[in-house]
Amino acid sequence: MEEFLQQLTNGLAVGGIYALIALGYTMVYGVLKLINFAHGDLFTYGAYLGLTLLTSLALTDRLGFFMGVLVLVLMVMGLVAVLGVILERAAYRPLRESPRLSAVVSALGASIFLQNTLMLIYGARFQVYPDNILPVTALDLFGLQVPVMRVLIVLASVVMMVTLYLFIQKTKIGTAIRAAAIDQGAARLMGIDVNRVILLVFLLGPALGGAAGLMVGLYYGQINFTMGWVYGMKAFTAAILGGIGNIPGAMIGGLLLGVVEAMGAAYLSIAWKDAIAFCVLILILIVRPTGLLGERVADKI
Amino acid sequence: MLLEVENLHVRYGNVEALHGVSLMVRQGEIVAILGANGAGKTTTLSAISGLLRSSAGEIRFEGRSIHKTPAHQLVAMGIAQAPEGRRIFGTLTVQENLSLGAFTQTDRVRIAKNLQWIHELFPVLAERREQLAGTLSGGEQQMLAIGRALMAQPRILLLDEPSLGLAPLLVKTIFQTLWEISSAGVTIVLVEQNAHAALKLAHRGYVMEVGKIVLEDRAEALLANSQVRDAYLGG
Repeated sequence: MEEFLQQLTNGLAVGGIYALIALGYTMVYGVLKLINFAHGDLFTYGAYLGLTLLTSLALTDRLGFFMGVLVLVLMVMGLVAVLGVILERAAYRPLRESPRLSAVVSALGASIFLQNTLMLIYGARFQVYPDNILPVTALDLFGLQVPVMRVLIVLASVVMMVTLYLFIQKTKIGTAIRAAAIDQGAARLMGIDVNRVILLVFLLGPALGGAAGLMVGLYYGQINFTMGWVYGMKAFTAAILGGIGNIPGAMIGGLLLGVVEAMGAAYLSIAWKDAIAFCVLILILIVRPTGLLGERVADKI
Repeated sequence: MLLEVENLHVRYGNVEALHGVSLMVRQGEIVAILGANGAGKTTTLSAISGLLRSSAGEIRFEGRSIHKTPAHQLVAMGIAQAPEGRRIFGTLTVQENLSLGAFTQTDRVRIAKNLQWIHELFPVLAERREQLAGTLSGGEQQMLAIGRALMAQPRILLLDEPSLGLAPLLVKTIFQTLWEISSAGVTIVLVEQNAHAALKLAHRGYVMEVGKIVLEDRAEALLANSQVRDAYLGG
């Protein structure tokens, strides 16, 4: 039981990270019908920017651990959001009227560019988050010893997801994003500037993805310039699992995938961890291609 | 003059769909644009609302040139369109659809008042407020599309085939409501294949054929015109 609960909390932490990345894929897909393959690399930038800011500004020394990390998260989110907007301007906007395939190729090119830029700046070796800054204590949750970092990651990802959900569902701008995802032309007839909606989506998605990158750095302690690829694929799987284009779907898909993977690693074999994730992808594509929440199709002709 | 279209040309790729369309709409009028499938009615309307860009010619709204203004800015200026095929947001609720119609509006009191008026015009939209718009019947969806356009408090309302696919009785109801909307001071441009219903409602009409206006007259005159009767009113 102890083992099971440990794996569950671990799975939720990893799943929360997957979910945050998956939201970026699903939001961009919703509005542009484009898989932003460079999104995983924006996640990696979050991890590297987090490391640089953490070590160079010594935020945790000046502000204490919690405030320091909070400021760090906000800074990383802001910076990666700017990167996201630049990516959209440079790689996607010029191809807005071109065939879909051109944008996909551009996305893959942007991914390679971002990854290699990172390698040239930081080198190809693993980078290590300083372990003396972070708390290593365990929290006692009803008799279960859970590392503080894990609890913080679960909490942070849930807070971000709930905030995003409320923003999308309850605000005027959020409704405009949903409308633009359904029918861009009709959205324009409502007076919605679709270009600004797209810009907003490229702010929000990368901000969450960047935060997720920072979390991975804080949680596992080491980062690599290629890690965006695997995390990106996992999060993409999570987005498909929940139903691509569906925001609550990405959240549920991410958490579910994290838990399934953690359980599989614990009870089958850790070597099968990635295989399990992609088996889930294959299964969902066979059994329910629209994903768990799918696109609710209710349009009458 | 509220709206003037002058020598408008629109191309889809290499194909020119409109070859110099000119028309005008006065404040308070109901103007019908008639014609067969492919005559360019919808293209004309979409060029006015900014969804399509014109390749030549000019469109003026209240004297200001608008053919280079993006669609979303035209809504704020007072041009609203209920597009062909209704294009309501099917997975959003009826209320959310109506709220989106008022996206450019900021005065909450006026929005609420306007919503109340639309609920009076189309009581079914009030009943189905929380329902997903995609679950509405065709007629209700058309009412929603019109109501949503009215939420922008437009000076001019562009309607694309509001009668399409609806039962005759329902068409009658909707056209009666259009009359009420017009009486409230909203100018209406109506694209229709149902020429009879449209001309009964409209003050003036234009007849289009293959991307050109071929006839223009008062509605009663068009109803009596033998060419129009033969081509569009079933003899």
